[in-house]
Amino acid sequence: MKTVAWTSAIALTIAMATPVIPAQPAFAAQAIAHYRIDPASHIGFHVEQVSGGAINGSIPVASGHFEINAQDLAHSSVTIELSPGGVATGQPRIDAFLRSNAVFDTQTYPAITFTSTNVVPTGPKSATITGALTARGKSRPETFQAAFSKENGNRMSFHVTGDIPRLPYGMGVGVPIYSNVVSFDMQLEGVRE
Amino acid sequence: MISLRNTATAYGLVSRCLHWSVALLFIGQIALGWLTQVFSDQPVLQFDLYQLHKSVGFLILALALIRLAWSLFGRSPHAGAVASAVERLLARFAHRVLLLLTVAVPLAGWAIASASPLGVPSYVFDLVVVPNLPLPVSDAAEAFWSHIHAWLAYGAAGLVSIHAAAALFHAFRRGRTSLHGMLPQRR
Repeated sequence: MKTVAWTSAIALTIAMATPVIPAQPAFAAQAIAHYRIDPASHIGFHVEQVSGGAINGSIPVASGHFEINAQDLAHSSVTIELSPGGVATGQPRIDAFLRSNAVFDTQTYPAITFTSTNVVPTGPKSATITGALTARGKSRPETFQAAFSKENGNRMSFHVTGDIPRLPYGMGVGVPIYSNVVSFDMQLEGVRE
Repeated sequence: MISLRNTATAYGLVSRCLHWSVALLFIGQIALGWLTQVFSDQPVLQFDLYQLHKSVGFLILALALIRLAWSLFGRSPHAGAVASAVERLLARFAHRVLLLLTVAVPLAGWAIASASPLGVPSYVFDLVVVPNLPLPVSDAAEAFWSHIHAWLAYGAAGLVSIHAAAALFHAFRRGRTSLHGMLPQRR
């Protein structure tokens, strides 16, 4: 019986002690979860037009990752690459115009990327994410609002919104008939790695 | 002193101003319409040319409708003895067709914008949104109206050339008559 008691005591001590042992990579890693962004994520956008109505469309995800630091959300990060060549508005002629050198110029710039530089929690499950958006060869700091949607097994999803001006990226064609502001509405699906 | 309204022998100031403003805009507009097709490989320039072309088109339509109303409710000066009866008949016919074309060509252009599935709003000179005409929307409908618009425009361009040649002919070969009828009077 004495042996059992000792064993239990040691096990209990280890159990209590281990979470606070510093500089233990195996344990520190537990706080940060890595996710690969699923191409099934939806990157929706709309550009309002002067007469009411808007151009609505989506841009496919090429790749991306995010890291969630559950203990310190501010140390979370995200990077994502979009393929504007696959832009879809439901009107093939508008798609062709968006792919052309009038807008995305996908032959020269096949990718749009965003890399976060700063995450500021705005609540227990939401954050303001600032980062570098690169489109058509130009990089600018832009800000998005992210809110946790759901976690299902090894999948986690976020609803992300943000308004991006297109003039600074050399994509100002059609202003003011079509708004300078592109409003993004995204559902990012992460698969835990 | 030139009168505002037409008289039995001369066009009034309103007719002259409307004639020359529509004439200059219409000729410029034909060139602009042609340029929209020339720059099909430069989508930004082409888009901007189209919007300018649409704006000028609505301006022409407004002026041409005023001009049509002015001609319907006013009198036309007599051509005088300088032209033969056949010439007078042809001139009168050509003037009426030209007047109608300055209304019909922009109307057909408005129909293109209205029938296009692209749905690009008509924001005239970035000031006023002009609503679309109630027409079926499809690629085929847009192509149909584009053909009508182009043929009417090229027809109008041909008729404008004949009209201008006839006016110059009368001005230089037969003295101070028909062209001066539309120019500011000098005494």
